[in-house]
Amino acid sequence: MSVVSRLEQPPSPEALYASRIRVYPKDVRGLVRRVKWAILAVCLLIYYALPWLRWNRGPGVPDQALLIDMWNERFYVFNLVLWPQDFYLLTGLLITAAVSLFLVTSLFGRVWCGYACPQTVWTDLFMAVERWLQGDRNARMRRDAGAMSLDKAWRKTATHAIWLGIAFWTGGAWTMYFVDAPLAVSEFWHGTASPELYAATGILTCTTYLLAGWAREQVCTYMCPWPRFQSAMLDEQSIIVTYQGWRGEPRGHGRRAQAAAVTAAAAPALGDCIDCAACVHVCPTGIDIRDGIQLECINCGLCIDACNSVMKKSGGKPWLVTWDTLAGQAARSQGKPHHLRLLRPRTLIYTIALSLVLIGLVLGLIFRSQMTLSLIHDRAPLFVRLKDGGLRNGFTLKLANKTMQPGEYTLSLSGLPGATLLLSETAPGAGETLHLSVPRSEVAAFRLLVQGQPAALPNGSMPIFFKVRNDTTGDTLSYESLFMGPATSGSGASQ
Amino acid sequence: MPTKIEKDSHTGTDTTGHVWDGIRELNTPLPKWWLYVFIATVIWALGWFLLYPSIPYGSGYWHGLLGYSSRGDAMSGLAAIHEQHKDAMDKIAKMPIADIARDPKLMETAITAGRITFANNCQPCHGPNGAGRVGYPALGDDVWLWGGKLTDIETTLTHGIRSSDPDARQSQMPAFGADGTLKPDQIEAVADYVGVWWGVVPASTDTKAGAQIYAENCVACHGEKGEGNRDAGGPPLNAKVHLYDGSRAFIVSQVNKPQQGVMPNWNTRLDPATIKSVALFVHSLGGGE
Repeated sequence: MSVVSRLEQPPSPEALYASRIRVYPKDVRGLVRRVKWAILAVCLLIYYALPWLRWNRGPGVPDQALLIDMWNERFYVFNLVLWPQDFYLLTGLLITAAVSLFLVTSLFGRVWCGYACPQTVWTDLFMAVERWLQGDRNARMRRDAGAMSLDKAWRKTATHAIWLGIAFWTGGAWTMYFVDAPLAVSEFWHGTASPELYAATGILTCTTYLLAGWAREQVCTYMCPWPRFQSAMLDEQSIIVTYQGWRGEPRGHGRRAQAAAVTAAAAPALGDCIDCAACVHVCPTGIDIRDGIQLECINCGLCIDACNSVMKKSGGKPWLVTWDTLAGQAARSQGKPHHLRLLRPRTLIYTIALSLVLIGLVLGLIFRSQMTLSLIHDRAPLFVRLKDGGLRNGFTLKLANKTMQPGEYTLSLSGLPGATLLLSETAPGAGETLHLSVPRSEVAAFRLLVQGQPAALPNGSMPIFFKVRNDTTGDTLSYESLFMGPATSGSGASQ
Repeated sequence: MPTKIEKDSHTGTDTTGHVWDGIRELNTPLPKWWLYVFIATVIWALGWFLLYPSIPYGSGYWHGLLGYSSRGDAMSGLAAIHEQHKDAMDKIAKMPIADIARDPKLMETAITAGRITFANNCQPCHGPNGAGRVGYPALGDDVWLWGGKLTDIETTLTHGIRSSDPDARQSQMPAFGADGTLKPDQIEAVADYVGVWWGVVPASTDTKAGAQIYAENCVACHGEKGEGNRDAGGPPLNAKVHLYDGSRAFIVSQVNKPQQGVMPNWNTRLDPATIKSVALFVHSLGGGE
């Protein structure tokens, strides 16, 4: 215990900067740990494997199931191809994530922090490596406090080497969400990948190594804003990891206390807690759950496993550390029954907000337009007078084909009787409708000329309506614009 | 270092010893690594000061060890773009203009070069995007004095109209009234005849005399039905597009003593590739044939 006392010495009261107290989490087995391992495996599998999943979208299109193609401004998400114009969907996704987090936290406390947060997942993975090479809590503490030796040197070196390896793999996997994975790997090792790819991999390797290997619980306690406002999400009805003080206190080692007492009757009445500190030793953030809910607690519940296994060995009653609400604990300590209240104003509001955003998101996806049309009227000249006395207006037409098939479209115009449409690139062939072709997943820009007949000209300007129709799907879109002419109609206009 | 360390009775936390109006500051120590990161960022900033332009002194400034300047950055980018355009412009110079129009990549360069050159050189007379002004033809309409094909426009641009170039397009409308070829009443008659086409003289007007004069004096350049003659540079007279003025009085004044414009020959100022680019741009304005 001398090692512990030296390492965990509190800072002198006048110190304005605190030295870090190293946390040496002890290995633990149990239900929570098994669930945590399973979630860790699923999260890492998704993260590392997803970029390698292929998805056939036809020739000439990326076949990566999930690809954020920044350069070409396309997000490929399985069957969905999102454009920058669909960016509001990302807003919806982020709001969904935020409100889900609020809802889950108000119901079950910081389970995100304890189980699914990347900081937790990678720290857990790095700790497993550390434990494998350097042994459990006591062995690590002894070795760290001891002098440098060959044994210590190789174990430390090997640990950091494996950490760096995992970190590199992690950083590399991140970049593969933005570039074709097999191509990126091949280019990476042939030295032909972009400098950005090397830089991103390098930076993310460093951050993973530092955050999961070195910073660990410091990230949760000092860097992350989430613990700071968790108190706004939690209330006395939230299910959190709780030490049942009313059962456990006064804590103490029963048999030792009995032995010390002169008679059995003189022995102090002790609670269930035998003060073995197993819950403290397994805590990844180094806190004592018996102090109650606190900022550092990530709600992982490993202390539950630790306490249960000790209780099993010592024959005590399990679940001294358990999941319960503050209100539940208050009721139980007085021997009253307590019922969970999952439905509360706060959870109700979060659920409604979440449902609304999700409905909006799904509707947005379902009714997402497969084409967009925009027209910009020429600024100069506003109109051109023609030989026969008619007028011509120029427009820049942009038509986006969001489908994966080449698009054939028909453009028509209403609001200007007898008007003809033509593309200046192919000056002959003016007609009342115009045929436009746009390659798949592209935006095409056309210069469009609208010719008004002398008999039907505006005095000043008049609204006109363009309509574009997809020849294969029959989808239509319309766009209102203006047809302009001289403000006082009549003869003798100049030019 | 503060001297009077006390424990706050309410929270059990140490105080820093600082007291303001009876309020004591609690000491919640910052992690040391946080302090080290702060120091590291200061050192990092000093590195930037050394590497990049940073400290001004009097008339100059510290240029930085890397010798970076944003102007230099822009200039090298510009040089790279010019290098890139040089290839395209060389090709444009060598190729016949009709072939350029069939090459979308070359067209992109040519139209852009044409647009910029047009704005710098042609816009003062012809207006933005060839909108036209009184006396200066609009270039986006369907009336061409000397032809609206790519090669026609290229020739006009190269040699000009009534310019000093020996190959300039030449046309001269006689001053029928000033020279005494036509008498004032004959001029009035022919003005009636053309004025009906323009819609400024009632169609019911008797134009037999005017038609006769027109057939004898004007047909050669302006065509039988006023359709114009591009070989002679004779403007069409049956169009609703007017270079100067659409009134009957203008017809009289023009027959009496004509106004005629001059277009400079651009071969002395622009290289052939640029002229071709401008021709392609003008052709694309909507009136190209």
